[in-house]
Amino acid sequence: MMSWLPENVSTFGGEIDSLFYLIYYITGAVFILVTVLMILFLVLYRHREGRRATYSHGNTALEITWTVIPAVILLVLSFMSVSSWGRIKAHAPPADFQVQVTAKQFNWEIVYPGPDGKFGTADDFQIDNDLHVPVNKVVHVHLKSKDVIHSFFLPNLRLKQDAVPGRDILVWFEATKPGKYELPCAELCGFGHSGMRGWLYVDTPEESEKWVKENWPQQ
Amino acid sequence: MSDSVAVGATHAVPAHHEELGFWRTYVFSTDHKMIGRQFLFLGFFMLVLGGLMAMMIRWELAWPETAVPGLRWLPEPYAYEGIIPPQTYNMLFTIHATLMIFFVVMPIMVGCFGNFLIPLMIGARDMAFPTLNMLSFWVGLLAGLVMLAGFFVPGGHAAAGWTAYAPLSAKAAYTGVNWGQNLWIISLLFLGVSSLMGSINYITTIVNMRAPGMTYFRMPLVIWSLFITAILLLLALPVLTAALAMLLFDRALGTSFFLPEGGGEPLLWQHLFWFFGHPEVYVLVLPAMGATSDILSTFSRKPVFGYHAMAFSMIAIAFLSWIVWGHHMFVSGMNPLMGTAFMMSTMVIAIPSAIKTFNWLGTLWRGSIRFTSPMLFALGFVSNFLIGGLSGIFMASTPVDIFIHDTYYIVAHFHYVVAGIIFALFASVYYWFPKMFGRMMNERLGKIHFILTYIFFNGAFFPMHILGVGGHMRRIYNPLQYDFLQPLQDINIFITTSALVLGLSQIVFLVNFLASLFRWNAKWFRFLVRTVVSAIFGFALCVIVLSTVGWLFRGPLWPQFHQAFSAVLSGSVLAWIVLLALFAATFWSLRNMGELGERASKNPWQANTLEWVALSPPPHGNFDAIPVVYRGPYEYSSPEVKEDWLPQNRPLITQSSAPRTH
Repeated sequence: MMSWLPENVSTFGGEIDSLFYLIYYITGAVFILVTVLMILFLVLYRHREGRRATYSHGNTALEITWTVIPAVILLVLSFMSVSSWGRIKAHAPPADFQVQVTAKQFNWEIVYPGPDGKFGTADDFQIDNDLHVPVNKVVHVHLKSKDVIHSFFLPNLRLKQDAVPGRDILVWFEATKPGKYELPCAELCGFGHSGMRGWLYVDTPEESEKWVKENWPQQ
Repeated sequence: MSDSVAVGATHAVPAHHEELGFWRTYVFSTDHKMIGRQFLFLGFFMLVLGGLMAMMIRWELAWPETAVPGLRWLPEPYAYEGIIPPQTYNMLFTIHATLMIFFVVMPIMVGCFGNFLIPLMIGARDMAFPTLNMLSFWVGLLAGLVMLAGFFVPGGHAAAGWTAYAPLSAKAAYTGVNWGQNLWIISLLFLGVSSLMGSINYITTIVNMRAPGMTYFRMPLVIWSLFITAILLLLALPVLTAALAMLLFDRALGTSFFLPEGGGEPLLWQHLFWFFGHPEVYVLVLPAMGATSDILSTFSRKPVFGYHAMAFSMIAIAFLSWIVWGHHMFVSGMNPLMGTAFMMSTMVIAIPSAIKTFNWLGTLWRGSIRFTSPMLFALGFVSNFLIGGLSGIFMASTPVDIFIHDTYYIVAHFHYVVAGIIFALFASVYYWFPKMFGRMMNERLGKIHFILTYIFFNGAFFPMHILGVGGHMRRIYNPLQYDFLQPLQDINIFITTSALVLGLSQIVFLVNFLASLFRWNAKWFRFLVRTVVSAIFGFALCVIVLSTVGWLFRGPLWPQFHQAFSAVLSGSVLAWIVLLALFAATFWSLRNMGELGERASKNPWQANTLEWVALSPPPHGNFDAIPVVYRGPYEYSSPEVKEDWLPQNRPLITQSSAPRTH
């Protein structure tokens, strides 16, 4: 199943993927164990003439064992998840590059601060559905919505965050590989939900400079 | 039937056992058994509708924007020459989910089996409030009619998903749906009233009307599960009702509970909805777990492993289900610290589910297992619940959920859990059909139905995990609009073909159910049944055989499966030879399939619980004399008696003198 994950190009994506693999191996092992036992029991203890089922109401020691072991595993998984979750969600590293993304039925409206680095000034640059960011830089996205709830989804960056009207939600990422990646909406937002998508361009420093020069208003 | 009721020794039979007219017997009945049957038929009708909608959804995902065969009659704007537009697609998945949850699983697992089983299994003559019970059904039916009416209003039916996230659902302009969404809300308000009446009745009946000797810890687990379900419903429904009322006010009266431009908060809807919604999931699955425990025990001829642990784990689930709702909202914009708390509680609620699974396994251990149709479906439920439970751990982990949230991984997970309930539902129907209708369902057809359902259920839902891991969003109309989803399209086609065969396989059940109910045994009808069942089974096996051969020689399974499917349909000679051979084999094996609708004895499964003490079907008032309970419900293979079952109501005079078999 693992080869089905899209290529990861974000700094925290590896962490999410390794948690995914860990849970995959653990649940896979449990699945195989239970399934093999079940098939074994179904074959061994099928009805045969002359054999009577064992009269037993349970076994406390066994029951405690299979309560405690899953509890311990789940506890360990929780603590591992908590620390990753904290690193990804709680503390955003300082921004190298900022952008505003406002979702609306059925486009991503993307605003760059322009040469002065400030939003809401005359030199802002606005475009629909094209998100250009530099590679290996911490990007802060100020996520908003004009109408309904949308969800900002970058499969290759293992990033998803709902855009909620009335809120300004900060998300961050750092892309590690230049390229063009899809940016679909992941939350049902109306009849045009399917097909609401933009593109994330992760640019090398040269590409980034060229794109800024060609598009942004000059100072 | 009512003349067979004799006056009991300990309790007088209610005086009103004169013949009731047609209307009071079959329509406005206050008899819990008839109300149970009414809920069953309501649920089956909605199951057919919801299933057909699922087929349309799947067609769209496999072959986007092509005409669905047989749908050319649908008028615009619902479809254009059979092609489903996005608006209709959104409507379909919204109503598919709404029907399956509120009008199939709830009416059948809670409404039908709750009503039918509670008085019979605790040894009561009827529910505590028979008239309230009747009202519960009729308000439920009204809710169903209002829900279906939504298809016939301008703008079409609700299209904001069954979760109806505001603000999408809160303003007509956002979806283009006005009265459809309003009717959706009103219907669920009615349904809430119906369920509330049912749950008050269940709780009162179980607390007050248990037969002498029927202590709480002598109740069968299915009764425990229905008891807990009723308590959950009683507490959860007012929350949904309040949220729905607020949503309706936002839509119709200009309030702004959920609209930010008026100072409202969109996330409030999600908190309210999931505060109801997560207990609701357990409302759906607990009765399935209870019925499975009973059936596994009966056909393993062995007591349930860890009866007390089973009951207490359901109680634990009931408490924990109130503090896990936030796991639906990890990426909603809720404070990440809340996410951590909800992850912890979610991991904890996995523990009682694990206990139940291992105890089911323990029940099979050293049993003497009878592979009857109800047993096969109960085993199918356990195996699917195992997958659904394990896949839940992925999304409980907050970082992993960031990626898989709102993808097909979630769709796979909740179909394994909630659609998996269909296995417990079928198990219960096969198991209690004899008591409900006084007839046996056909075993041979039941087994064919199980094999097909099990294989194609997994064929339809397991690959959805892979889609989700590939990033495939849920609720999208056309996956081909996305570059990164193109390589996954073969899997979508595989899923759809499996789903179509899964749908087709249910004809076997329908035929079995109706023919057994009405004892259709005319020669020509039996011939027809053999032909239809052989055609479906032969076709399904043929696709499996051909795609397996293709897979062995040519690699990936997904395209091979579809090729095999279309090879049969397009009339490839080889495919048809295989098909005819399998058809003939099935047809031949059905030559002595037994009588359809054979009369059921009182206790055809040799089970212990009290419903099997009554006649099949039980008359008005259920029992000749109220049974007295001497022991727990699962005394199978007890050393105290020679036979391998020991009914709850059988007195044993000299306990030690009973012959021991081993």
